[in-house]
Amino acid sequence: MTETFEFGNPEIVQEEVDILIIGGGMAACGAAFEIMRWTEGTGLKIKLVEKAALDRSGAVAQGLSAINTYMGENDPADYVRYVRNDLMGIIREDLVYDVGRHVDDSVHNFEEWGLPIWKQPGDEDKTLVQGGKPVRSGKWQIMINGESYKWIVAEAAKKALGLENIQERVFIVRLVTDKNDPNRVAGAAGFSVRDNKLYIYKFKCCLLACGGAVNVFRPRSIGEGGGRTWYAVWNAGSTYSMAAECGAEMTMMENRFVPARFKDGYGPVGAWFLLFKAKVANGLGEDYNAIHGAELKETKRFGKYGQGVPGTCLRNHIMINEMKEGRGPILMDTPGAMAKLAEKMTPKEVKHLEAEAWEDFLDMTIAQCGMWAGENIEPDKQPSEIMPTEPYLLGSHAGCAGMWVSGPTDIPGAPKEWSWGYNRMTTVKGLFTAGDGVGASGHKFSSGSHVEGRIAAKAMVKFALDNKAWKPEMARSVDELVKEIYQPVKTFLEHKDYTTAIDINPHYITPKMLQFRLQKIMDEYCAGVATWYQTNAKMLEICEKKLEMIKEDSLKMRAKDLHELLRAWENYHRIITAECHMKHIQFREETRYPGYYYRMDHNYIDDENWKCFVNSRYDRDTKKWEMKKVPYVQLIKD
Amino acid sequence: MPTFVRTDKCDGCKGQDKTACMYICPHDLMLLDKDGSLTGHAMKAFNQEPEQCWECYSCVKICPQNAIEVRHYADVVPLGASVQPLRGTDSIMWTIKFRNGTVKRFKFPIRTTAEGSISPYGNKPKANMVEIEDHSKLFTNGMHKCDMSQFMNS
Repeated sequence: MTETFEFGNPEIVQEEVDILIIGGGMAACGAAFEIMRWTEGTGLKIKLVEKAALDRSGAVAQGLSAINTYMGENDPADYVRYVRNDLMGIIREDLVYDVGRHVDDSVHNFEEWGLPIWKQPGDEDKTLVQGGKPVRSGKWQIMINGESYKWIVAEAAKKALGLENIQERVFIVRLVTDKNDPNRVAGAAGFSVRDNKLYIYKFKCCLLACGGAVNVFRPRSIGEGGGRTWYAVWNAGSTYSMAAECGAEMTMMENRFVPARFKDGYGPVGAWFLLFKAKVANGLGEDYNAIHGAELKETKRFGKYGQGVPGTCLRNHIMINEMKEGRGPILMDTPGAMAKLAEKMTPKEVKHLEAEAWEDFLDMTIAQCGMWAGENIEPDKQPSEIMPTEPYLLGSHAGCAGMWVSGPTDIPGAPKEWSWGYNRMTTVKGLFTAGDGVGASGHKFSSGSHVEGRIAAKAMVKFALDNKAWKPEMARSVDELVKEIYQPVKTFLEHKDYTTAIDINPHYITPKMLQFRLQKIMDEYCAGVATWYQTNAKMLEICEKKLEMIKEDSLKMRAKDLHELLRAWENYHRIITAECHMKHIQFREETRYPGYYYRMDHNYIDDENWKCFVNSRYDRDTKKWEMKKVPYVQLIKD
Repeated sequence: MPTFVRTDKCDGCKGQDKTACMYICPHDLMLLDKDGSLTGHAMKAFNQEPEQCWECYSCVKICPQNAIEVRHYADVVPLGASVQPLRGTDSIMWTIKFRNGTVKRFKFPIRTTAEGSISPYGNKPKANMVEIEDHSKLFTNGMHKCDMSQFMNS
């Protein structure tokens, strides 16, 4: 008799491969490109699983107007200095250097595949490899026509992998350790968001690259605008939570990114600042940076970090102070910048300049154009408000949250304990990561994430070859996994007829309400926008208790369809990520990133006690976090 | 918005092998209402969770009928504006209509090669297995030059 599969009774699909790539963003596409070359003739079986469609998934789905990491004429050591300065002195310089020395190769491939990269006048027909000079909007950034950036990178990844090795619309939600070695990963489980199917993969090793964490904090817009997050709204902290629950050591999870962007639309300001040289003023029309910027020189509070070029968080700090003191709004003088540039231009060049300004948004934040068009704002006629957003957790952009990974072995001066095995492998054997997953190593952006995926891929091939005879055996049974993953569906089917209103039922909570509750807790107690990014030990203590309860209640989430099951698991991942973030902020008794968050009970940078990494490890059985300090080591000269 | 689907244009991708917007949405928002039980419009797609929409325009750009548009976030943006693309194989055309009637049009290149033409390993070297543990090498052998005197331990 053929069994019919239906909602609540999924078909179980089991597959064993050698290497599983979880995620389909820039890092995963980089991995796909590199891995298939190294596996030629080895017989290794590779599979990539992605919860969306590769052409438009990950943080680059919408496109980008710039590639933010391209060395070009610069030395990778200088890149390390820049990242170190922006992340307040604490980074893994071995990892950052590794990205820096390899990243241009990925960019050169993008251009070969068809990504239009802007060139200096006269160099339009030359590629970067042929010596064409890019249009730089900053020392590390180059401008592109990037509407199809992800589409192009995905095409190369798909061609390399072969469509038969790609599974789209399957959301992996759990990693499973090995039966015989609790510190080794052996499998992963998830479900299709299209069919009543549950997928279980066994493997020798995997790449966990599912992006950062968005919507952990209450966003500034909470209606329809709740979707208008700065980082991609589908980044649900899956990388961090799955790794933590598998026992991987996390690092710098106290770090967060609070970008100052055009208000509400969250359009990019980089090109405006760097390319168009726009100035900002407070509500009184004052150049507040000139008036108050020197406050950063106070060493008791900001240590040595306010002496040179202030990092992004310190620039935020000055802006936040203006707003707190009632001298808002912060306005970017877009008309002034364009008028100044136009002074020496022909009308045709001015028109081109206007198109460039709009393209900056149309390539990556179309909603900002909608904002401007809706409010009748033409940037050459009217200035626009800038505002710091809600906090985001990520490891690839200007933040450095993530996992503690093994680094390259050939970096002079790197401590031996920083490379315990394979490059980009976490402390869990066989579990690799890249992009947003690698902690203490920010400012990779799209290109750096792609190349880091490649770095990890090569190491995974070596791992798989070294473990050819090894057979994965999962520590948890298939039945157990099915029960856990489909619990929200079961909860719904069991209790739905108890009340007349589908969303109000004492036996369950909707994923949406659970997300609102998490956001409220984090916003009000863990330094969200509600408190101007301020918290203290007592507030964190309350936060901790509330998170424990929401974690318990997450087991009562309902899923009325597969779409809601997706949301249920995304929100579960957000909770674990949020808890990790909170524990790290609680442990680090200083304010390392003023402008991103403030521990008001320790409102200063304390290099003597805290110029170190903070690492944590979660025990899934006891639900406890173990925290520790790990020494920072400087590798590149000042 | 959130995206919305025009009833006069959407044909549910009847002639295609998959519903384009449903296939592409990175956040699983677009849904085909096959029998009309969810929206009253059978065989047409809709955005099932508009408050989760990033306005990334992936569905707008891919829709073969140009049936999808965006009404910008109602809790933030005044009514009356629209931003609509027409994406071709090598460029994209944008029409921006302001609330006050101003219209701006822009055209930008999107790629320099034909779609589907990428040959990832075309002229690239094979991986050299001897170098599998050499961290200074990826298979393309394109590492940036490095000034080793910049290391503390140089």
